[in-house]
Amino acid sequence: MVIKKDQLVKQIKSFTINFGPQHPAAHGVLRLVLELNGEIVSRADPHIGLLHRGTEKLIEYKTYLQALPYFDRLDYVSMMSQEQTYSLAVEKLIGIDIPKRAQYIRVLFGEITRILNHLMAVGTHAMDVGAMTPMMWGFEEREKLMEFYERVSGARMHAAYVRPGGVAQDLPVGLLDDIYQFIEQFPLRLDEIEELLTTNRIWKERLVDIGVVTSKEAIDWGFSGVMLRGSGLPWDLRKMQPYDGYNSMDFDIPVGTNGDCYDRYLIRVEEMRQSLKIIRQCLNFIPKGPVKTFNKKFINPSRIEMKQSMEALIHHFKYFTEGIIVEPGETYTATEAPKGEFGVYLISNGSDRPYRCKIKAPGFSHLQALNNMAKGHMLADVVTIIGTQDIVFGEVDR
Amino acid sequence: MLFKKLSKQLSKLLPIISMQQIKNEWVATILPEHLLLSMKFFKNHISLQYSLLSCISGIDFLGKEYRFCISYDLLSLTYSQRLRVKTFLNEITPVFSVTSLYPAANWWEREVWDMYGIFFENHPDLRRILSDYGFEGYPMRKDFPLYGYIELRYDENHKRIVAEPVEFAQEFRYFDFETPW
Repeated sequence: MVIKKDQLVKQIKSFTINFGPQHPAAHGVLRLVLELNGEIVSRADPHIGLLHRGTEKLIEYKTYLQALPYFDRLDYVSMMSQEQTYSLAVEKLIGIDIPKRAQYIRVLFGEITRILNHLMAVGTHAMDVGAMTPMMWGFEEREKLMEFYERVSGARMHAAYVRPGGVAQDLPVGLLDDIYQFIEQFPLRLDEIEELLTTNRIWKERLVDIGVVTSKEAIDWGFSGVMLRGSGLPWDLRKMQPYDGYNSMDFDIPVGTNGDCYDRYLIRVEEMRQSLKIIRQCLNFIPKGPVKTFNKKFINPSRIEMKQSMEALIHHFKYFTEGIIVEPGETYTATEAPKGEFGVYLISNGSDRPYRCKIKAPGFSHLQALNNMAKGHMLADVVTIIGTQDIVFGEVDR
Repeated sequence: MLFKKLSKQLSKLLPIISMQQIKNEWVATILPEHLLLSMKFFKNHISLQYSLLSCISGIDFLGKEYRFCISYDLLSLTYSQRLRVKTFLNEITPVFSVTSLYPAANWWEREVWDMYGIFFENHPDLRRILSDYGFEGYPMRKDFPLYGYIELRYDENHKRIVAEPVEFAQEFRYFDFETPW
């Protein structure tokens, strides 16, 4: 038997591995099917949906108020900014404005949420790459911020505080002073974290020129938020299409130049500093006054009213069982959540329940570009790229 | 403003069924066969430049002749404008995929396929995305029950997950407040 020469050449097949769904660097339940050529990734196929809870379907069966807590549970590290988006969408549909104080409270807590999210993003990203300490320090600060959440709403995370028509209740006495104390000391903590990372040789070796996204690619892939700004596009919905009180706030939007993971890390850190700037303005200029809209039809009556007036009692009962009736209409409302553009496409049909509530999660668009970002990189860089995309599966899977 | 002028002329330039403003948001309705062409126009026209696709959502209007609606939310970074493009279909008409124009459409269209069973022609990779492996049915359709048809549990005897038809201890309660009696 003659052996042909080409039969002797070994056929090298690429190696397929499962990354996740139970992997500490998969940021939850990401199942990533990686095709490896040696240690080089030749294809990454994310399988999502392992945390799919059918939020959109469930919302169709809930009243407008009952649907709100689902938004806490989407991106479970930036709760209030999603409540804000939903509340804005409902307010747009029923056509009400909220008082200035409520707007300031929303902005205040929106920015606290941004710090919460970015601390988590930077901390876990550093941990994925191999630096343990920033996460520990970051989570200590997060705990303080979640205490503010708790004081204002009673819940550390799933607050359900921002509601259609304003916020659930006014700020407790002394909270603003404590937030002031926090923002006084927080830049130092940020400096400490930066000291460990920004000029760290290992951190830079792992991040610089990894996962480069050009501005055209970023637009094509529907990126938003930090992912878009990292590629050099100065796009921030807080500036471009301001909502609530953001048009009266003075802040800058950091923009990257190289579109790599390191730029996005720097942007996240700078955004935290800018958030502090916004929080400071909120503390200084927050007006006194009501925190709920004047249109009593869309808010619950106060406890005192309820004890004295029959009508208020009836309204209270109707409000929490039947909910509010929203005229037919539709809106796509988007806000700048910490992870990017979070949008709610809400369709009402004149009943007390949303006919359709589509949730546009920023992470969904980011994750689908993972294949393009990771292709040609080493296996270990996939972890860096997942970290920089700041994926949270609550919002990707919905 | 340029955009406002143009949006009035748009219906002359494109086969648009209607161009309307709902709550200060522009909505264009287009026949499914003209969708790809119109999207190309929206993306590349110099005074529109809707270059970023925010999301694609399916809507089920159960009982209508054209039961499904697909709505594309476009964003123009240059003019800071949004536009919603809608197209209506029935259960059997497929629609052309816009992945060639907007790569971001890939997963959003997979989601609409998964949730509504609307088929996208020329889609590079039309697999289900959010539902479980081996899932049957289209859960976001209005005639799909909230609790689905099957439930999963771990069987101690067989040492594996078993799928069984859903059983209710109590009937599903849906309060209709408009007709309380």
